[in-house]
Order: sequence, then structure tokens, then C-alpha cells
Amino acid sequence: MNRSHRHGAGSGCLGTMEVKSKFGAEFRRFSLERSKPGKFDEFYGLLQHVHKIPNVDVLVGYADIHGDLLPINNDDNYHKAVSTANPLLRIFIQKKEEADYSAFGTDTLIKKKNVLTNVLRPDNHRKKPHIVISMPQDFRPVSSIIDVDILPETHRRVRLYKYGTEKPLGFYIRDGSSVRVTPHGLEKVPGIFISRLVPGGLAQSTGLLAVNDEVLEVNGIEVSGKSLDQVTDMMIANSRNLIITVRPANQRNNVVRNSRTSGSSGQSIDNSLPGYPQQIEPSLEPEDEDSDEDDIIIEDNGVPQQIPKAVPTTESLESTQIELSFESGQNGFIPSNEVNLAPIASGTNTEFETCVPDQKLLEEDGTIITL
Amino acid sequence: MRRFLRSGPDPARERLKRDLFQFNKTVEHGFPHQPSALGFSPSLRILAIGTRSGAIKLYGAPGVEFMGLHQENNAVVQIHFLPGQCQLVTLLDDNSLHLWSLKVKGGVSELQEDESFTLRGPPGAAPSATQVTVALPHSSRELLYLGTESGSVFAVQLPAFRVLEDRAISSDAVLQRLPEEARHRRVFEMVEALQEHPRDPSKVLIGYSRGLLVIWDLQGGRVLAHFLSSQQLENVCWQRDGRLIVSCHSDGSYCQWPVSGDTPHPEPLTSSVPYGPFPCKAITKIFWLTTKKGLPFTIFQGGMPRASYGDRHCVSVAHDGQQTAFDFTSRIIDFAVLAEADPAAAFDDPYALVVLAEEELVVIDLRTAGWPLVPPPYLSSLHCSAITCSHHVSNIPLKLWERIVAAGGRQHTRVSPMEWPIDGGTSFAPPPPQRDLLLTGHEDGSVRFWDASGVCLQLLYKLSTVRVFLTDSDPSENLSAQGEEEWPPLRKVGSFDPYSDDPRLGIQKIFLCKYSGYLAVAGTAGQVLVLELNDEEAEHAVEQVEADLLQDQEGYRWKGHERLSARPGPVRFEPGFQPFVLVQCQPPAVVTSLALHSEWRLVAFGTSHGFGLFDHQQRRQVFVKCTLHPSDQLALEGPLSRVKSLKKSLRQSFRRMRRSRVPSQKQRPGGLPGEGPKAAQAGLRDMELAPVQRKIEARTAEDSFTGFVRTLYFADTYLRDSSRHCPSLWAGTNGGTVYGFSLRVPPAEHRMDEPVRAEQAKEIQLMHRAPVVGIVVLDGHSVPLPEPLEVAHDLSKSPDMQGSHQLLVVSEEQFKVFTLPKVSAKLKLKLTALEGSRVRRVSVAHFGSCRAEDYGEHHLAVLTNLGDIQVVSLPLLKPQVRYSCIRQEDVSGIASCVFTKYGQGFYLISPSEFERFSLSTKWLVEPRCLVALAEPKNHRHPHNGGRPEKASHRARNSGSQSDGEEVLKEIQSTLEGGQGSCGDWHSRRMAMGYGLSNGEAE
Repeated sequence: MNRSHRHGAGSGCLGTMEVKSKFGAEFRRFSLERSKPGKFDEFYGLLQHVHKIPNVDVLVGYADIHGDLLPINNDDNYHKAVSTANPLLRIFIQKKEEADYSAFGTDTLIKKKNVLTNVLRPDNHRKKPHIVISMPQDFRPVSSIIDVDILPETHRRVRLYKYGTEKPLGFYIRDGSSVRVTPHGLEKVPGIFISRLVPGGLAQSTGLLAVNDEVLEVNGIEVSGKSLDQVTDMMIANSRNLIITVRPANQRNNVVRNSRTSGSSGQSIDNSLPGYPQQIEPSLEPEDEDSDEDDIIIEDNGVPQQIPKAVPTTESLESTQIELSFESGQNGFIPSNEVNLAPIASGTNTEFETCVPDQKLLEEDGTIITL
Repeated sequence: MRRFLRSGPDPARERLKRDLFQFNKTVEHGFPHQPSALGFSPSLRILAIGTRSGAIKLYGAPGVEFMGLHQENNAVVQIHFLPGQCQLVTLLDDNSLHLWSLKVKGGVSELQEDESFTLRGPPGAAPSATQVTVALPHSSRELLYLGTESGSVFAVQLPAFRVLEDRAISSDAVLQRLPEEARHRRVFEMVEALQEHPRDPSKVLIGYSRGLLVIWDLQGGRVLAHFLSSQQLENVCWQRDGRLIVSCHSDGSYCQWPVSGDTPHPEPLTSSVPYGPFPCKAITKIFWLTTKKGLPFTIFQGGMPRASYGDRHCVSVAHDGQQTAFDFTSRIIDFAVLAEADPAAAFDDPYALVVLAEEELVVIDLRTAGWPLVPPPYLSSLHCSAITCSHHVSNIPLKLWERIVAAGGRQHTRVSPMEWPIDGGTSFAPPPPQRDLLLTGHEDGSVRFWDASGVCLQLLYKLSTVRVFLTDSDPSENLSAQGEEEWPPLRKVGSFDPYSDDPRLGIQKIFLCKYSGYLAVAGTAGQVLVLELNDEEAEHAVEQVEADLLQDQEGYRWKGHERLSARPGPVRFEPGFQPFVLVQCQPPAVVTSLALHSEWRLVAFGTSHGFGLFDHQQRRQVFVKCTLHPSDQLALEGPLSRVKSLKKSLRQSFRRMRRSRVPSQKQRPGGLPGEGPKAAQAGLRDMELAPVQRKIEARTAEDSFTGFVRTLYFADTYLRDSSRHCPSLWAGTNGGTVYGFSLRVPPAEHRMDEPVRAEQAKEIQLMHRAPVVGIVVLDGHSVPLPEPLEVAHDLSKSPDMQGSHQLLVVSEEQFKVFTLPKVSAKLKLKLTALEGSRVRRVSVAHFGSCRAEDYGEHHLAVLTNLGDIQVVSLPLLKPQVRYSCIRQEDVSGIASCVFTKYGQGFYLISPSEFERFSLSTKWLVEPRCLVALAEPKNHRHPHNGGRPEKASHRARNSGSQSDGEEVLKEIQSTLEGGQGSCGDWHSRRMAMGYGLSNGEAE
């Protein structure tokens, strides 16, 4: 780390970039080689070194070109910060225990000035209940609407992520009947419906599921012809990564299909698969494969470990996702305005995608496993 | 990646699948649930049993079985074989009549329904006018006389059930033709008895319930004789020569009436109340049978003194001054007497009495002094005491088989030497390919060993574990307490005994090693017994060891039952399996899993608290492991709360079933017409008001009973490193945890000196936390490891110890393959996530191909909670076939299912019946038999232990076919084919030196 520091400081050529780092009231300035920024860990160590805070846990943030304060906590967003810094990379360091998460955010474009004052005088905005955004490594999606581009507009495919035991999934299903249009006219067919949402449960907090929504598929498998008990078992078996396709009872909040071409076009380009078959079932598979590959083995040395996969499978591209809400201490976003959120969410989405492998890496190290 | 491999079905594989898998429900073993009618054909020598659910089952010689089901699912009330024909008529409780016949197709007989009919009266007539009470198939083979509640007798032409109005005998007609003095009383009412004159087909005897008996001339349409009893008539019997009529009555009396031309209305010759003088219950049926020696047999049902023995179910036999009242433990449905079949013979000479009771069939030998019982080769009462578990062992070595048969033989000392007297038909079923044992554990602490090789499930040996324990009622005292000298001369018969002394004795798990003869059984109160087969009687003390499965768990309180107290000191054990070690789990919770490794002399057992390993060679505990989760309050408190919840859930599921049945329920004929739909609507409304809801919640570590040990498995595999394999023990819990212990078993020469050591090497927590129901280790060729001692006995290829082994863990929701020794996930099949079904039973089975003799594959046979049977391939975990087998609501059926090692299986369809099914094209045990009409031969009685007799039967069967050339040829060719194989089998059996009673293919 010292080496890279010296190296960066020594060369004053075009490839270097100036870094201005602030911790508390102190500033440090140094330079980095733009083409070889190194790893985040090294950078983190460097910051601790230059500020002489070797054993203090800190949060690192930077001001991007729009003036938003964004976190740096992994290689990807570190590289992003380095590559976009123009010409100066402004770093803000906060002690973890004193950190004001509300300072971070992407919706600070218009309140650019305020953000900076927030950092400088964190006590100013205490009165306003703010959204706490934790570190991206602690980030995890709790729900999303997926496959918007391949589903009929009347259907909604919702993904619920269940972690540990913190929050119950919290919903009930029942038997019922729905009317279908068939060649023989309208026909009443048995169906499965959401009958109740538990207050405070995951299902309710996402706002994506509602009482009387008809359940059409569970993790890509159609439920028609299956009994209530079967569907219950399927949902529970998939509870760690539950993808339910519903026909919402309230059809007014549907995702408008053409939103893709207008609002969130940038986000869906790299994700949508042209010519992908309308039968969406397999698109869920790769996700599915990975979701519970986390059985734990305790060998005779007594250390619990994730069971690795014997044959690694190549991950295929995910289909279009609009990440909707992220878990946070206070309740997340208001669920009814998906379309408005889309462009913002796209930013988060890239962030999320970058943090996934990181999280996995950590898990495989066996450091954050709890039994 | 796998997505791209899944590219449509491979045609070669599909073809192979057809050669390997096929689903058939083949035989129903055991005793029909809720029998309601009995029929016997003396000419066919076939027995028929009808049930309350509308099933009709025919039994002849061992292996000759047929089953039919009435569409209506109404109770069968009466069964009548048509004289001299392969046909029978059944009467259901909805007053419908059905004609069934045994038709020969492809060389084997099939039972099918030809015709059904309901008697209709004139418009406006009361329903009772046509309510059939008795039926008489006339010996002319064309007519069926039907007695009704109104007192009329209708005549119906067979086989088309055409009503012959002119042949009807109305009660008015009879009244008119009665002499003046008999007319003044209301003597008619319903027809209770209808019998044809034994010698003269033109005369019938009509008995009316008020006590009038009339002999009616069918041709002349007149009353030939009439008899008037003062008591309500129950039934009548016409003596073989037609000279005497015996009637039985509701007051427990029977009367004899002489039949002669001279006196038109005589007084009864004698009238007696056999169990008088105090008021008696009705005699409902009577037989009066003549013998060559002179003195007749009187056999009757009921008639017991009302006050003191009114609750007994008795059939009494009186002959030559001897009288015995056979006392049954369940209600008597009906009985039949097996006697001379030829109507022309001078005497009845009865030789056997067949009694159908509600829970068992009992056959009594009337030839041998003391009237001993004839052990039945089929229709065994599986549920003598309720079945609590079952265990199947395929391909039993001859040596062990013989020893078990010998041990069982000594248990049946007072049985008749008579061959099974119901021996109609010929079985062509191929001889069983191997000897299979089905072991059933019962609530009373017994284990029954059944010969499950062939079509007939026959009891070989019964083991009781009761003697090891002190129970409230000592069985030896019980026996002597019963006085034999009393009047009435009661004699308890039958084995059905639903009352268990102590529910803790119940057997929950059985494990038999077929090579060593070691048996482990475990019960409800945490008792684990290890038994050894001993051909001699022995007296020894059973060593007791306590296994504390809780170790130092704190705050524990066991609220369940106490342990059983073992009998101190030496105990006398009869020849057979004799216990030598009792491992008592503490707390004494029900044993939930059991495994025995006879080569290493180890037994592993698990309860809801943990599991342990016991060295039965050194009689020492190797280790125990507590699996309790600290937060598992339910398990900590004991089973009480669990019992409640189980009861509750059962009740709920029953309620659900009932509710779902309401709309489909048939309207009863007499019911109010408007009520049915209204009730259904109300039911529907209820459902809409309170819909069934299911909570969707992830399973958590805090769920109760996570520590419940579901499965235990021994394997010699690579647990620690890939260079050395070692013995290992695997355990799977309800909470999705798998424990792997490496064992060190000392070499044979130091087996007694050095202790067995165990060390935990692996612990796998499945993240989906579903109960682990099966663990299997696959060898280097992905073949499941053989059973212990299998290789030593040259019955299996030795496993491949070169390649890397794999561990297959089956949970209720997923199948997963892990590599060994380093555990990494290799493959999985997420069954529940895909189709919403959960694994209830899983077993490795070998499927042979029906085309290639030596080709076979090992796969998993799986039963799900939906009652589906699936085959999942090994090692790739690909679903192969799926068949629906058991109704989803049939919880006990699903819970009772066992698979065999060769792709067959059994499950309980009622408390007393196992349905046998087969997934294999190669191993199929099903009845294939022929019932041909034979000219009745004189003196065709089963001789005691006569094998030459059998041969003559066969000759008779094949030679005396009268029904037309074509059928005859067909049958003969089949018979010859069958005979050839029979002969082969017989000679082979003889060479092997033993006889399989149901493999005789007779």
C-alpha cells in the first residue's frame, strides 16, 4: 500500500489524478494513477494511512459529477469513482459509528448543496425522518418486479427475497375461482388467491402484493391444477427466493409496457434479450439454481462453511429487472409509483449487480455465516 | 447450463423406460375391511366375500383370487352362486341385484359384472313390496326367486333379469290356498326364508317372518304343506332327503318339522332352546346336516342366553353329544358349512365350518376331534392388533427362511392337519422368484413375519416382545382363569384382539439383517431390543442399558409416558428370535429411526431428542448425540402437546374430507328429496364464508421438532480423506441437519477387546431445513452401497471403492447429491419447488428390464404426500415416471407404504388390508388363475395332508370341461403350460428341500 502511495505521488504525468480526502475537519491531498487505481482494500488502507486512523472503521464516500455523495465500498464503485473523477476526486470519510447514512443517496441532485452541508454539519437535518441507506454490502433487495417485458400487462411477477428470520414473508393464500375467457366462452375455473397480508410482513411492506390477487405461477411453475396445499408447499420450498406471478386484483397500478422505450430505456438495453421466447419459465432457472446453494457444512475442524458447488455453472444473463425497493430501517419507497422510480432505480440496479458477486465472495470466505 | 441439456425426451431413454417401469396395483393382501356378506359355491369350491363398500372378493385355492367392485359402492348384503355355474348374484343394500361371472380370457379367468337389475313393483306400490329380503337361485339355472318384505315371491329369468309375472307367488295366492284354519292369523309379512327342495326342483319352501312355513308346488301353484310356529321365524334348513325341516326362531329355539304327505299341518316333532331355560337371543341361521355315521350335525348362529352372554358372537356346533359354542371377538357376518357337494349323495358329511366374522375368517375342521382351526393361507387378519409399522426384506436366504418357518411351526400346535378346504380353481401365477418377508409391527408389542413372496400373504411366525417387560396383566394368568367347564361351552377362537395391554409396547421400527439373523425392534416408549434367532427354547436375562440422549440439556422436563419396566432376572423365550439386549432411550420418547449393521455388530437408534450408537457385540454404548435445538420447547416438554396438535390436524383433515364429500353424496332412496341439494348449498356457503387459508412462511431454525431423528444409515465410505475409507454412521433430522460420524470398528480378532470409537466428521445443514427422510452413499460407479454382509454372501458385487463416493441426501423437498470426502454440492432435484409435492417415503430399488435378462438399473422409488409414486434416476436425479397411487386424503395409507428392493411396494388400504403394487416390469406378483366348471364328483373331500390328491384335482379340472370345444382347448393348453412350469417348480423346490405353501401353484 505504501508502495502504491509512493508510486502515485511520485509520478506527475497525465495519468495521475488528484485526490482530496476529508475526515472530520482534516483534509489530505494525494494522487493516484488513473489507469491503475488498485483495489478498494488498498485504497481504504491508504486512506487510513494518510489520515492516521489505522484502526478506525470508516465509511468512504465521494462526490460524483452531479455532486451526489456516493459511497465507495468495493472495487467496482471505487473504479467508477476513479474513472469519473474530473479532475479531482473528492473523498469524504466518516466514522462508521457516527455515520449519517442519509447523506448518501442518489436523489440529491437538486439538493446538492444540502448534501455537502449535511456532511459538514450532520446535526442539521435530524428532525426530518430520513431514509437510512446502509453500506452496499449490507444492501440487499427485498422485492422486485421482474420480467416486465415478457409478461402480459395484466400480470405482475414479484420477487421476494427472504433473509434469515428477520421479517416474516407474511401472507396467506386461499382457494377461490376466477373467470377465464375460453373458446367456449367465459368459464369459472378454480384458482389460488392471496387471502391475507400480515401487517409488518415482507409481502405487505413491498406493496406489490395485495389481498385477492390471483396467484398464477410460483417460481415459473403454473399453479393451475394444483391444490392449495401443493401451492403452499411450493411457496414454502421457494421461500428464500420466492417469485410469484399474480394477476393483481387492482389493475390500475400496472407497469405500463411502453415505459421501457421512454423512461428506463437506458437500463433495459443491456438486459433485455431480443428473441427470447415468450415462455418465460426458464429465465428463472439460473436464479433459482443459485438461490439456495448455501447449505452449510461443518467439517471436523468445527468451522461452519458454505458448501461449494462441485460443478460451477455459468450464469446466464438475467432478464429485465426493475429493482424497486431496498430494505432499510425505516420503510422504503412508496410502492405505487414504480414508473417514476424507474430511472432512479436503474442507477441502483447497476450498483446492486456489482455488489452481488462481492457478497458471494465474502460468504464463501465463511466469515459472515451464521447458523 | 442444465437448461440447455434438457432438450426434449431422448427416444432411446423413453424406450428403455418402458422396458423398466410399469405401474400396477396387483393384489390386495389381508382381510377385507368391513365384510358384509358371505357366499360359497360347493361346486366351484370358491368362497365369496362382499364388503360394505361394494367390493366382492372371490377366493379359491391359494393363489386363486378375484376382485370386483360394484359401481354403486353400496354394501353387499347377499351373495348367491348360481348352482353349477361360474356365476353369482349379489344383492346390495340399495335393493339392486347384480350378476357376475367368471369368464375365461387368454387362459385366465376374470370376474366381471354382466347385468344389474332392480326389482320394480307396479306404479304406486309401497317400496317394501319390492324390497328383496331373500334370493334363491333355482337349480334350473334359469330362474331366480326373490322374496320381498311384502311377502311376495317374484321370479326373475337369468341372465337378463326378466321378470316373469306369471311365476310370481304373491302372499294373497298363498293365503287363498291355505286351509281355512291357518288363515285367521296375520301370518305373512316378509319372506324370511326361501329354499328349494333338495331332491325335487318343483317344490320350494317359503318361510314368513310371523312363523308360517309353506311348501309350494311351483308347477301346480298350490300349497303342499304348511307349518305354523308360534315364534318369529329366522331361518330354515331342509334336510338333505327333504323329509325334515328345521326352523330357527327369534326366541333362541329351533323346531324340527317332519315332511310327509299324510299330515298337512303337523305339530313340530321337537322344539328345543339349546341355551335355555332363561330368555335367549335369536338363532339367526341353522344347519342340520346328516352324516353317514348317523348322528347329525346341528350348527347354528346365536341363541345365547340374553342376560349373561347376550353380547357374545357365537356359532355353536353340536354333534354326537358334543357341543361347542365358538366365541368370536368380532360380530359374525355369516357362516357356511362345507359338506358333500353332490346333491345326489345320501349324506351331508360336513367337513369344515367357515365363519366370516367382522374382522377375520375362521375355518374349523369338523372331521378332527376337538374341532381344531385350519390356518388360512390367505385372508389373514393383519390387524389382529393394530399395525404400527412395517418392514420388507427381499430375497431371504433359504437357511433363514427355514429357521423362521420352523420357529413359526412350533407356535401352531393345535391346528388341524386338514389341507385348506376351499381349493377351487387353478393358479397359473409363476412361482415367486424369491422369498420375501414382510414384517409388521403391532400395537401390542408383537412383530409378525409374513410370507410376502406370492399372491397369498401368509403368517409364518409371530414374535412378541411383551415377555421382556412387566405388564399389568400377565398373559399366563389370563389363560388359566378361563373356565372351560361352564355352560354354555364357550371356546374362544380367532386371533383378532384389538385391545392392547399397554400402548407403550407398540412397535415403531423394525430392522432385520437377513444374512445374520439379527433383528432390532424399537417401540413407543424408547425401547430398542436386539434379538438373535435361536432354534431352541432358552432362558436368559436380557441385558439392559440406558442411553441418555439429553446429556446435559438444562431446563428439560419430560411430560410424556414413563419407560416400560423390564422384567428382572432370566426370562424363558420360545424358539425364534430371542432378545438379548434392551437399550432404553431416556427420555423414553418414541423411537423414530433405527439401523442395524450386522457385520460391525452395531445398532443405531434415534428419537426426537437425539440418536445413539450401541455395540451389541460388547454390549456397550459407543456414543449418544443430542440433536435438540435449545429453543425447541415442544420436544422439551414431551409428546403431549404434539399429540394434541396431531389429533387436531387429523380432525381438521377429516372435516375437510367430509365437507368435500357433501355435494357428491348420493341421495338415499328414502331420503327427503329437497334436502340433499340444500345441504350441499349450505356446505358451499360455509366454505365461502370461511375459506381454508394457508400461511406462507419460511421454515426457521426455531420450528419445533427439528431435532427429531428421521433417518439413520451405515456406510463404509470416504468420510475424511479420499485415500482411506472407513465405517460411518449418518443421521438426518427433521430440521434438515445431516450428521456424519466416522467409526472405528476393531478388527475381528480384537472385536471384544478394543472399543468401537466414533467421532463426528461432518455436519451438513440444509438451508431449506426440510426433514431429511433418506441418506444413501453411492459408490464410484454411482451404485448404492450394498447392504452389510451382502458382498460376503456373494449376493452383490463388491462396491467400487476406487472412484469417488457420493452422498445422496433426500429431504422432504429436495434430492441432493454431494461429493465425498470433501462435501460439495453436485446435483439436486427440487421436487417441492417444482410440483408442490413432498417426499414421504424413499427407497433405493433395482429395476430389471423385461427385455434384457441381465439389464437393470438402480433408482429411487419415491412416494409423495399427494400419493404419487415416482421413480427418480440415480445418480442424475432425473424424474423418470410418475403414477398416482394412493388417494391424497388417505393419510394412513401414505404413512404405511413400504417399498421392496425390486420396485414393488405395499400400503394399507384399510386397517386390515395391504395393497400390493409394482413399479417394475419384471417383478410382478399378481393372481393369474382359472376357475373352470367341474362336474361334481363323489367323495371329493380334502384329505389330510394328501399331495397325490392334488394331482387328481388337476386332472379333473382339465378333463371335465363341458362347456364347448374352444374353451376346453384353450384351458387345456394353458393348463399344460402351467403344469409344466408347476412341475419344474415343484421339483426344484423338492430339491431345495422345503415347501413354500403359497408357491404350490395349485
